[in-house]
Amino acid sequence: METLSFEFPAGQPARGKALVGVVGSGDLEVLLEPGQAGTLAIQVVTSVNGAEQRWQQLFERMFREQTPPALNIDIHDFGATPGVVRLRLEQGLEEVGHD
Amino acid sequence: MSRGLNWLQALAGGQALTGYPASVKVVDGSLGKRAARYIAVVPDAGNPFPRARNGEVGLLEGWALGQALDEVIEADRDKADKRVVVAVVDVPSQAYGRREEALGIHQALAGAVDGYARARLAGHPVIALLVGKAMSGAFLAHGYQAQRIIALRDPGVMVHAMGKAAAARITLRSVEELEALAESVPPMAYDIDNYATLGLLWETLSVQNIEQPSADDLARVRDCLQQAAEDIGASTDLQGRLGAPNRAASSKVREMLRAQW
Amino acid sequence: MTDVARLLQSRSFVELGARQRARALLDEGSFRELLDPFARVTSPWLPKQGIVTQADDGVVVAKGTLDGQPAVIAAIEGAFQGGSMGEVGGAKIAGALELAVEDNRNGIPTRAVLLLETGGVRLQEANLGLAAIAEIQAAIVELREYRPVTGVVAGAVGCFGGMSIAAGLCSYLIATREARIGLNGPQVIEQEAGLDEYDSRDRPFIWSLTGGEQRYASGLVDAYVADDADAIRAELHRLFAQGKPPQPRSRRHAWFLQRLADVDIRTQLDAAAVRALYQGDAQ
Repeated sequence: METLSFEFPAGQPARGKALVGVVGSGDLEVLLEPGQAGTLAIQVVTSVNGAEQRWQQLFERMFREQTPPALNIDIHDFGATPGVVRLRLEQGLEEVGHD
Repeated sequence: MSRGLNWLQALAGGQALTGYPASVKVVDGSLGKRAARYIAVVPDAGNPFPRARNGEVGLLEGWALGQALDEVIEADRDKADKRVVVAVVDVPSQAYGRREEALGIHQALAGAVDGYARARLAGHPVIALLVGKAMSGAFLAHGYQAQRIIALRDPGVMVHAMGKAAAARITLRSVEELEALAESVPPMAYDIDNYATLGLLWETLSVQNIEQPSADDLARVRDCLQQAAEDIGASTDLQGRLGAPNRAASSKVREMLRAQW
Repeated sequence: MTDVARLLQSRSFVELGARQRARALLDEGSFRELLDPFARVTSPWLPKQGIVTQADDGVVVAKGTLDGQPAVIAAIEGAFQGGSMGEVGGAKIAGALELAVEDNRNGIPTRAVLLLETGGVRLQEANLGLAAIAEIQAAIVELREYRPVTGVVAGAVGCFGGMSIAAGLCSYLIATREARIGLNGPQVIEQEAGLDEYDSRDRPFIWSLTGGEQRYASGLVDAYVADDADAIRAELHRLFAQGKPPQPRSRRHAWFLQRLADVDIRTQLDAAAVRALYQGDAQ
């Protein structure tokens, strides 16, 4: 198990909070809450060790195209593939956007 | 012979009641000045259910425990002084078998839990005395509904959710790894001293002869049982189990639930 | 309605997570979660063993109304650690039931529903899981005296271990075809008793003995429903409207002991033999 922290530039704080996913095999849980303006802070607790680079790249790719809202995101990962991670994050971002 | 049977006979004296399977011994005796019903599940090589011959709590045992408790609740219904109920606990496991699952052993064990819980709610002081193993579903059915749990201090006295070998297999660890983890994670430990840190026990007692109690042993245990019955007083709940630092989350969750209820 | 139309309309309950299940059963708009995931009360014991926690420890407690009456639902998330009961999740269920007892003592008719999807004790929290289950059982027996406590075993995990005993204490039990209810998991029985006694890989055999349909046919559950949220909600309403059963199943020791005396122990039992033994005046 490993705990990793990431930060990215962000816009204004999101309005709502959201929870998606479950800490089940090949899946992950994502908790999203409004953060400090300008900052997207992500904490990942993962069952898979030594994957910091992979997470970094995945987040960079996601947030390069579009500036995300300011959020504190907690991820509890149980061995999800990058595809599943991206799907859950997109789901979560859509939910906080709707509030 | 078994520890459970030895302690039951020594504490209760008297004859076991008829009308029960040979694996469930029910003896009406006394505790100090009060009337008491002593109950134990014991090995029976002739048990009609082959998977329940070594003291396991199976179909017959679960339902018969329910019967023993129901009987005492009914008989004392209108009495001010309810009999003390003492569960003498030496149960290696629930019964594992095809007949057991097919015939609903979970329902039989629910019968036992139902009996103990209702006896407690009806005002009977219910005490569990751990003289041997108190394992998993067997302990839930026979002892874990007691208001006060007393354990004798002996390597053979243990409380756990699953035997070491099986627990290791299911959590994908070796027995050695499991033992190492138990050193730092008290709820995973098998010994009674670690168990005591969880706050679930009311008292632990040392005795001279765990297999066959001496006169001194009996006096000490009887005295402790009496104190437990007094300590229970008129209470009917399990609140006495909360408060240990190693079980802080159990209290915190309840406080937060109450605040948000 | 054609079968296809019915299938298109139905909302699978089994496919829902614990939170969605609780929401689907409570009256619309009444769902209010207590100790939600953002409260972050998680297992203190799993991180010590290098295991990732879930923010709600796999148990959702929600208040709301059910058929217009005050209700609390405790839903177990089977996908997290097999729905196993640890200290926090166990205390959430026990604590909620204890507060429901208090409500009833104070004249508030809070009813309780347990959505049971669990392998039993979480072995990584062994003795604290077992203790919590004892407290859940204590609270069910107490609450049951005021108001029915209804358990739902929908699947796919089923209901095993100490929590199957808790299921056996409920006033009413609802099961679907996907449900299994048993004390011991198939692998554990095979390990303890051998392959001849129990072949854990023989799924049809295991389903025939412990599946929802068999449990219903042998009187060990009260309702057998389709995997459909509306059907389960309707069944809950119907059972609560009945009030307390005249005698909870767990008090029928005399009847069960009499039946067990008739079991022919020389052979193993199959599903039909169990039904024959337990049918008749079972209901």
